[in-house]
Amino acid sequence: MFGLANPERFMRFSAPLVGPLWIAAGLLLAAGSWLSLTAPPDYQQGDSVRIMFVHVPAASMGLMAYAALGVSCLFSLVWRHPLADAAARAAAVPGAALTGLALITGAIWGKPMWGVWWTWGDARLVSVLVLFLFYLAWLALRAAIEDESKAARAAAVLGLVGLINLPIVKFSVDWWNTLHQPASLLRADGPSMTAAYLTPLLTMMAAYAVLFAAVWITGVRTEVMGRRLRTLRARRAMEA
Amino acid sequence: MSALLLLYRREVSLLWAGGGGPLLACGFALAVTAALPLAIGSEPVRLVPVAAGTTWIVLALASLLSLERLFERDHEDGALDLLALGPPTLEAVFAVKTAAQWTAVGLPLSLAAPVAALSLGLDPALAPLTAGAAALAGLAFAAVGALAAALSLGSKRGGLLVAVIALPLYAPPVIFGAGTVTAAQEGTSPGPALALLAAYALFACALTPFAGGAAIRNAQG
Amino acid sequence: MDIENGSQMIAALHVSDLSISRGERRLFAGLSFAVKAGEAAQLTGANGAGKTSLLRAVAGLLRPDAGEVRFDGAGGPLDAGTARSGGVQMLAHQEGFRPGRTARAELTFQARWFGASAEAVTAAAKRLDLVPLLDLEVRVLSAGQRRRLALASLVAANRPLWLLDEPLAPLDARRRAQAAEIMAEHLNGGGLILAAVHDPLPVAARDIVVGAAA
Repeated sequence: MFGLANPERFMRFSAPLVGPLWIAAGLLLAAGSWLSLTAPPDYQQGDSVRIMFVHVPAASMGLMAYAALGVSCLFSLVWRHPLADAAARAAAVPGAALTGLALITGAIWGKPMWGVWWTWGDARLVSVLVLFLFYLAWLALRAAIEDESKAARAAAVLGLVGLINLPIVKFSVDWWNTLHQPASLLRADGPSMTAAYLTPLLTMMAAYAVLFAAVWITGVRTEVMGRRLRTLRARRAMEA
Repeated sequence: MSALLLLYRREVSLLWAGGGGPLLACGFALAVTAALPLAIGSEPVRLVPVAAGTTWIVLALASLLSLERLFERDHEDGALDLLALGPPTLEAVFAVKTAAQWTAVGLPLSLAAPVAALSLGLDPALAPLTAGAAALAGLAFAAVGALAAALSLGSKRGGLLVAVIALPLYAPPVIFGAGTVTAAQEGTSPGPALALLAAYALFACALTPFAGGAAIRNAQG
Repeated sequence: MDIENGSQMIAALHVSDLSISRGERRLFAGLSFAVKAGEAAQLTGANGAGKTSLLRAVAGLLRPDAGEVRFDGAGGPLDAGTARSGGVQMLAHQEGFRPGRTARAELTFQARWFGASAEAVTAAAKRLDLVPLLDLEVRVLSAGQRRRLALASLVAANRPLWLLDEPLAPLDARRRAQAAEIMAEHLNGGGLILAAVHDPLPVAARDIVVGAAA
């Protein structure tokens, strides 16, 4: 059913991809950074608008990485796919890092914009914070159970529950935001978005996406090799 | 059916015995409420605006207390294996345990909630609404919390893990529950928030048994 | 003491080509055997050979790496889930009684969970001389008394297939004789017994060696 289900086949298929993906990620990041730094300063925000080129892609890739995690969990749970747990694990750490980066850059952006490092007035930022907490919970559960296969399945259930819950959390936070009626502060979209910002933003988004793909595939490969090593050691120990 | 009723009675009596259920949860809720004025000051102008919100934080935290033992005890002493071999499915066992948790913790807390809110200066006319919303939120807390407890089976430091898993999932009931009371406080209709709270509680009760059954089976295998 | 419940009556247990691992360690592989109504089989093998895991796999609590556990009724194969939830009871190392509750409450709960009637619970408690102990908390019972409580739950529920893990270990000589009687009766009534043992079962039983599949 799944061509890449077999770890051997996945390793063979992914081996030639790893290098080019890293190179493409590096090139895109360089191009994106250059475009971001040469874009004209915003007439209101000045140079601090450039934080957007780090913040917005980090937030959206953090969310995409959770989707990758959730889908991996589904595969791990329903089809007991040997690679799916490795894929979920390999998506979780970079996903949490991207989400953390979005929170940090959000704070750095917030300081010149609102004069404070953090505001609860922005629904998007609060949603990203909850997403970050979802990642922490997943990583904590995955690490807390000693038996590897049990830890994998428990984490898979949680990842799936999180995937179902994310839209609900997003909705409830947006709803909560309208209840408390704060000024809308962070605007990454909207009429002020000109081509001068769109190009660097899209380039950076592509760079983050390719970078995530590179980290993810490398992570799965490392995981598979680590498992082989453990199996080999266990076999040695049995024979000895 | 009678087997599930037996299980429900056993679970409620276990939660009730030794003060582990209602006494501990309500005591904790009131203690945290009492700490708030000590931390931020006793003037009504400070306390009244946060009365509803504080009450919901206190409810969410107090709901976590006895969750760790909900499945862990049965897992340790082998009773969970026996439960798995009975005629009812593990999904039904999970649902019954959720119901017992709600009965022994959620409902008593829904009586403590208006007391806590009133002590912080909530309009007494809103006490029944607070209790009703707290009972609904308690159902969501029990279902989601029981799932967190089932997922944490077999881990070290189970209690902390349950809290870390459950609290992010508690965000919607906290928002809608506190929103219900806040809306009434501000003179607008609490209906929409209450409806969303009820929807989330029912959704959680309908779906968590499946995830919980899978989690228990996994811990046993 | 015939076993009722014709529809879920287990007439035979078939284990074919079963392999089980714990973590990275393979406990055994390719194990096959069958137990028929009225028969007992005892699993022998060193500590850690996988006897308990095998019992748990038969109970459906543990997923084997490979192989199959099948239950036959009088009229052909049964659905494994139905057979387990209606016809299998396990007595494990830990009996699953909560220390803070009375023996009566826990015995009643367990036996009725497995389908026993209230009368059957009372009769089984009498049978195992547990009546004077019933109002005590489980925590004050000795290991042997707890084991008798678990045996009473088996007798009361009277499910066809008994999975027993070291059933006699905590019992003294007199109680072992009583347990032997109960097992013999169960087999005579058409029951099946699969037990993990160090000391042989006190009833006629076939040996099944569980062990290292190196």
